[in-house]
Amino acid sequence: MAIANVQVSETPLVLYTLRRADDALILGHRLSEWCGHAPMLEEDMALSNIALDLLGLARELYSYTAQVEGRDNDEDKLAYLRDVRQYRNLLLVEQPNGDFARTLVRQLFYSAFADLYWRAMMKSGDATLAAIAAKSEKESAYHLRHSSEWIIRLGDGTAESHARAQTAIDDLWAFTGEMFTVDESERGLIETSVAIDPAGLRPQWLKTVSDVIGEATLAVPTNDWMQQGGRGGRHSEHLGHLLSELQHMQRTFPGLTW
Amino acid sequence: MVATLDKPDQQRRAWDAAASVVDPEIPVLTIADLGVLRHVAVVGDHVEVAITPTYSGCPAMNIIALEIELALEREGFRNAKVRTVLSPAWTTDWMSDEGRRKLKEYGIAPPAPASSRRALFGVQQVGCPHCGSQNTELLSEFGSTSCKALWRCKSCREPFDHFKCH
Repeated sequence: MAIANVQVSETPLVLYTLRRADDALILGHRLSEWCGHAPMLEEDMALSNIALDLLGLARELYSYTAQVEGRDNDEDKLAYLRDVRQYRNLLLVEQPNGDFARTLVRQLFYSAFADLYWRAMMKSGDATLAAIAAKSEKESAYHLRHSSEWIIRLGDGTAESHARAQTAIDDLWAFTGEMFTVDESERGLIETSVAIDPAGLRPQWLKTVSDVIGEATLAVPTNDWMQQGGRGGRHSEHLGHLLSELQHMQRTFPGLTW
Repeated sequence: MVATLDKPDQQRRAWDAAASVVDPEIPVLTIADLGVLRHVAVVGDHVEVAITPTYSGCPAMNIIALEIELALEREGFRNAKVRTVLSPAWTTDWMSDEGRRKLKEYGIAPPAPASSRRALFGVQQVGCPHCGSQNTELLSEFGSTSCKALWRCKSCREPFDHFKCH
């Protein structure tokens, strides 16, 4: 009954693009969970729009991953037929939506990074990644503006919204460090200018995030212990539940199309 | 029939056919007006078409590709290959003046030309497409489709869509 997982030959470039594709898919799926549930119609549309941008990005990155790998995987197989330990996304993006403040804090942390990351990746020596970056850079800028404005409004709003936003910031902070880490397989890609070193983006990321948090009258956490694992396939318990929903139709009716 | 035409004529007819396809969400705009249609070439017995997506996840792109194939087939071009190109990235600066005019008539405020990253973050001023007033306000950055934001006119009180600068 069980549908076999596909295997992926994780050469450095395959692994690199797969990791970014997984980030986009998982965060896009999380945001799509708000569809029909957001506090107001405009936000329902905003979060669904951002989810759609991320899903589009995921499709481009999965297609490119499959092309680089050069076997018989494709975007659908990579998304639907890998199990939780084969997923390579950041722990941050799989964290549950929680309340509206938690979703928007996660979004601020990620989009402040994505905005810098994709802008830097426009100079990638890999023509496809540079093209994907040029598209994503503009979209990330919108996503960052959206989440920044919300954090300022929530932090500088009522005592309740302030408290919830601060709790979300404190809880999610430990997942931000993983965005700036590099492992051995990525080191070579950075040396050959296919990838950029994300560590160089951290000062600007911290400034962007701190400015928003400060304007929101909230506090930037001072602890710097960071949780990692997603890039290596070691996830929180939340990702399996997400995948069971995301992959349900393909696992139940293999090859289903409509 | 196609074979009897000389090549420049075929190229032009293929371009015109592809360029006649309209955006399914904004049917007053053709894909040529939008700048989505990048390239049409008759190569041997088939036609190669290149389109560029407005937004990464825009669901209209699949429909547009299908419509292009159908439009070419109606003109006698049977083997159309539509591919998506990502680079250079689409920008609203590629929208034709004619496209901007048609958008406004349709009730959608057109994007300002020469949009830049600064424009993306700066204070935007968008004129109401209904009454022309500049006294407008943003309701939501994200509208009914990826490419639009939702605004309201404080003079005539009508809500309207704004095609975002991108």
